[in-house]
Amino acid sequence: MKRKKLIGSIVRYALYAAVAAFFIWAISNSYFDYIFSQSETFLVLLRQHVVLVLVSSLLAILIAVPAGILITRPKFKKAEWIFSNIANLGQTIPSLAVLALMISVLGIGFRTAVFALFIYSILPIFRNTVAGIDSIDKNMIDAAKGMGMKPHQILFRIELPNSAYSILAGIRTAVVLNIGTAALAYVVGAGGLGVWIFTGINLFDNGFLISGAIPVTLLAILADYILRKVEYIVVPKGSRRIEKA
Amino acid sequence: MEKWARFLEVNSSRILELTIDHAILVSLAIFVALLIGIPLGIYLTTNQYLADTVLQIASITLTIPSIALFGVMIPIFSLINQGIGFVPAFVALVLYSQLPIIRNTYTGIKNVNPEMRDAAIGMGMKTRQRLLRVEIPNALPVIMAGVRTAVVMNIGIAVIAAYIGAGGLGVLITQGISRNDNYLIISGSIAVAILAIIADAILLLIQKRFTKKAIAE
Amino acid sequence: MISFNHVTKSFGEKITAIDDVDFTVEEGKIVVLLGPSGCGKTTLLRMVNQLESITKGEIVINGENSKDLDPIELRRKIGYVIQSNGLFPNMTIEENVMLVPDLLGWNKKKKRERFEYLMKLIGLDPKDYGKRYPHELSGGQQQRIGVVRALAADPPVMLMDEPFGALDPIIRDKIQEEFLQIQREVKKTILFVSHDIDEAIKMADKIVLLRDGKIMQFDTPSEMLAHPKNEFVSQFFGKDRAIKSLSLHTVENLREVIGLGPVDESIQDTKTIHIHQDLRNTLSMLLNQEADQVIVKDEQDENIGTITIDLVQKYLHFEIKGKMSASQEG
Ligand SMILES: Nc1ncnc2c1ncn2[C@@H]1O[C@H](COP(=O)(O)OP(=O)(O)O)[C@@H](O)[C@H]1O
Ligand SMILES: [Mg+2]
Repeated sequence: MKRKKLIGSIVRYALYAAVAAFFIWAISNSYFDYIFSQSETFLVLLRQHVVLVLVSSLLAILIAVPAGILITRPKFKKAEWIFSNIANLGQTIPSLAVLALMISVLGIGFRTAVFALFIYSILPIFRNTVAGIDSIDKNMIDAAKGMGMKPHQILFRIELPNSAYSILAGIRTAVVLNIGTAALAYVVGAGGLGVWIFTGINLFDNGFLISGAIPVTLLAILADYILRKVEYIVVPKGSRRIEKA
Repeated sequence: MEKWARFLEVNSSRILELTIDHAILVSLAIFVALLIGIPLGIYLTTNQYLADTVLQIASITLTIPSIALFGVMIPIFSLINQGIGFVPAFVALVLYSQLPIIRNTYTGIKNVNPEMRDAAIGMGMKTRQRLLRVEIPNALPVIMAGVRTAVVMNIGIAVIAAYIGAGGLGVLITQGISRNDNYLIISGSIAVAILAIIADAILLLIQKRFTKKAIAE
Repeated sequence: MISFNHVTKSFGEKITAIDDVDFTVEEGKIVVLLGPSGCGKTTLLRMVNQLESITKGEIVINGENSKDLDPIELRRKIGYVIQSNGLFPNMTIEENVMLVPDLLGWNKKKKRERFEYLMKLIGLDPKDYGKRYPHELSGGQQQRIGVVRALAADPPVMLMDEPFGALDPIIRDKIQEEFLQIQREVKKTILFVSHDIDEAIKMADKIVLLRDGKIMQFDTPSEMLAHPKNEFVSQFFGKDRAIKSLSLHTVENLREVIGLGPVDESIQDTKTIHIHQDLRNTLSMLLNQEADQVIVKDEQDENIGTITIDLVQKYLHFEIKGKMSASQEG
């Protein structure tokens, strides 16, 4: 037991050490300097990035969750597999391509990026909404009907609370992916922190690379962390699943 | 349509070549990822402390956006003069594959029916025999599901790797963007999508072939 | 009261799940739908609360044709219990139980009182269990909650689809007893699905024996055991139906007919049995213990006599087999 615990601790602290070493190395080589020397630009890029993600994610949630609810109603049940398969196929198309193709439809700029990010975020949210609702025990719905609950009562009191976990996980996946994809918004001229990453690649400038990449990474990790906390608060205690990592 | 025909006439051999490059990059990465991830996943079932740590690390790794990971890797690998090209792309893909592979191996084996495990111990199987004959075969569907997730994900991420000179189908898309050529972008994306679908189908087939013998889920 | 008037149910062209079924569940009685798997029990039950449509015929509930009733209204007046208790994992026990009263707009105080009353019925502490979630209860407790949830708004009619089917035999037995106890107090009109013969005999005022959607016999359990109408019925209850029918008689019945043995004060450590205990349980108790007699206690807990295997056998012979008359003897 002791030995196993020791191994676990060694790995954990080795990782902390590696991360610390990376930051010391990067700082001592002044790779973070642009964040301070060009702080105004940095804040503009950061704001663009956050706005891109927020707007496109919110739109995607507003469309995908209701769409997922609608498609699981008995009336549309037959169409479900078609839409689910389209969603699955859609996810195999590279995000970069979705962005690039939007240029020819909407031209270059912020709107194009938002639209592409929105389209790309719909898929995981829609899929998880459908999967969450479909995974609810049919007997439970039967009991609800038999007790005289109306369809909207079944939806809001039974189906949504019990699929909240899955829906929120879909939203989290989408937002985290979205933060990464927004870093590609550079290619459609929509700004964001990707601008520095690509500048770094083009100019072989480590400073731009690190000053762009680390904030994007922290943004993604932060979003993941916050959304997990939200899940914990929103999902009803009784239907929380024991799931890790 | 006619334009497409002309486009494909000129470019099809190049598309094929890039598709093969793409497949090789992903396959190599997955191969190495399996060599690391499966033994690690198995070992983690015996060490809860390490399991928590490793799964947490792997899960954070997966949230790192790919372009950002490349951005961090270029300076690091520049130290050994491999800043751009195959090496950083390969390492990134291996890292990204770890979470689905380790996690699914770990949970797959953890969830093997304890009675079955007891029966195996009762029959006098050694740990190694038990792993190879009972636990891994029964966990195989779950492990394979993780591998499929990793493969499909990596095929997508490898596209971005074109920006750091790793080749593959991303080249068609990045060139399409810089030359404003939708034919390149579309043909590149379709090739990526088809590659992902075929890879997934093949892995599903392998999974079914192997599980038929072992267990019917 | 629930009347089935020549009710038929078809799924598509080929499957006739219910075929011209005609019987009545009297007010305050339990009718058990019994029969092999797939004979149409669940379908028939679900037609009452309109979870399944009626192809032909009509179902009249307390004087009203179910067709004329709004399904939502109707269902709120009918308690519904299913095998996999159907408790909602996102709600606490109290929220689960009080769901229908909530839908009906009861006020807080009334709900609170009702909840406490119901929990007392099943012997669970309302304070402790009210705030728990379903997964924090044992299978038997969950099923009890399923039952009281159906009772919550005091519906006159209850539909129960193998409500105790998933429980292990010992707990099932206990819950059946408990439920009969509750029924004596609440007197609901109950349609109860079972595929378990013993359960049917124990619970039913009358049994509807179904096969391929048709009624084979509609009778009281003792009639059905004593006078099976046809080959299917007698086969279904099996060769040991005489012994099965012992569970319809109590120690008290035996005392009235042939009397108990005297109490022998010299014998110590004998087990005791209550006068309302059924004879089947009494017999298995006698067979399971070494002494060949047990002491019978009455309501005041006084020893009033003893009972032996011999006595049970005698009763079986005269009272039960004698009445099974000329019908196919087992
Ligand atoms: N929705 C349905 N569609 C077609 N056939 C059905 C449907 N529901 C039930 N059946 C059929 O009706 C018959 C009776 O089923 P059921 O009432 O569930 O039987 P029981 O509850 O007695 O086991 C079975 O043959 C079953 O296959
Ligand atoms: Mg049934």
